[in-house]
Amino acid sequence: MIKFIGLFFLLIASGVANAAPDGKALFNKYCSVCHGTEGKGGVGVPLSLPSFINSVSDEYLKRTIRLGRPGRIMPAFPKLSEAQVNAIASHVRSWTNVPAVKFDPTPVTGNKEHGKEIFLTRCALCHGADGKGGKGTGVTFSRKRDLPIIAPALNNSGFLASASDTMIKNTLIHGREGTPMVSLLESGLTENDIDDVVAYVRSFQQIEKAEAQEEHYDAAIVVDSPYSLEETVENLKQAIENQNFKLIRTDYLEHGFVEEGKENKQQVVVHFCNFNFLFEALSIDPRVGMFLPCRVTVIEREGKVQMMTINPMRLSKLFNNDALNEACKTMTETYQSILEDASL
Amino acid sequence: MKFFLRIFFLICFSISANVIASDLIMARSHLSFSEAMTNLQVSLREHGYTVARVQRIDVGLTGMGYKTDMYRVVFVGKTDEIKYLADKYPQMIPYLPPKVSIFAEEGDTLLVTANPIAFAQMVDDEKDRLIFERWESDVYSVFDDFRNAE
Repeated sequence: MIKFIGLFFLLIASGVANAAPDGKALFNKYCSVCHGTEGKGGVGVPLSLPSFINSVSDEYLKRTIRLGRPGRIMPAFPKLSEAQVNAIASHVRSWTNVPAVKFDPTPVTGNKEHGKEIFLTRCALCHGADGKGGKGTGVTFSRKRDLPIIAPALNNSGFLASASDTMIKNTLIHGREGTPMVSLLESGLTENDIDDVVAYVRSFQQIEKAEAQEEHYDAAIVVDSPYSLEETVENLKQAIENQNFKLIRTDYLEHGFVEEGKENKQQVVVHFCNFNFLFEALSIDPRVGMFLPCRVTVIEREGKVQMMTINPMRLSKLFNNDALNEACKTMTETYQSILEDASL
Repeated sequence: MKFFLRIFFLICFSISANVIASDLIMARSHLSFSEAMTNLQVSLREHGYTVARVQRIDVGLTGMGYKTDMYRVVFVGKTDEIKYLADKYPQMIPYLPPKVSIFAEEGDTLLVTANPIAFAQMVDDEKDRLIFERWESDVYSVFDDFRNAE
């Protein structure tokens, strides 16, 4: 009897595991937050453009979900099951109801040097000379919604692993209606020229591999202060203003958690902002707000005073957005300057 | 008994396999910004968290002449845990209390926060890492509330 009950639960469990995944529900859970419920874009690029959906293969969609776009916001989803990935791709496909196009996986051969010449004159304006793509995220904050779609990063390892040569060639031949991507064939190039461009785009793969490297950063920037806590806070405020930041307020770490006046007075937080920098950072990636506004905490423990901040370079990795790295590097250097200035 | 345990673990595995971890946790709500903000704060409180402060990023930007949509940062935590972590792991202080960004996107509202698990590596006591695992679980639950609110 006990084994029968066990078998019953086993059947329920296998039923849970084997139920056909709901592509729409999965899209809403994992994708819609960036791409919008109907794929119109947001933090992520728009997907629902018919000329896009109808010109990419299912394989391209599935590999894109699996691999993401390293450094271009789109995360990889390696833990989704094959059935779940298929279901999401089918849901995206359902927006146009046009059967998926299939591409011959045979590599395209061409003269990449000649392809480079064409790329630099015809493609680089939008895709960048090195194929790194347009700036910004999807259509929110960083750009107005009526602007054209951001040119994809053709040198991205996720893109190169997802797009076959023939898919790239097809896009070059036909262009993408509703985007600035025009047909190279109609604009005067021959099919051989287009093969050469494909060969050049494919050559980005080697460059990308050579540049891949992992860097490690400390979680926090910490500087000892030779002054008392009160003096350090005053020095800090002066150092912040010297860097053209606006002081917002000074409070305690426990502010809002304990009754006013009962906070730990040896954990002082100075909040500040440079609104120009803030606006630029939000334009690069609207998600960075969770580490705003800028702040330095001054603590006193066992007679020792320290100033500490987050390390923006460490956090930059969370966002999978290479465009944010430069801003985070600037902010890390600014924090270091402020702390050093305040400790002099 | 072992048979039941095996089945129990099989069920647990089949459920946990559906949870995808990521560095950032995000959610979209079709509620307007003000409704979504209320929904977020109610859910956080229902999960036992204190909303210590709301930073009005958009107000600061607008005040300086920039055009921006609604954008707030919510400082949130449990008092005893914030005190405990700040005392035992001072290097964590710059990351305390945890924050959630909430911003408008046309008619929708988006939530973003760092996965608390990303900060667990800053503590060396296994027992303390459980705090971050619970935070992660709570964040997913609060964000599900937010996503499903009507």
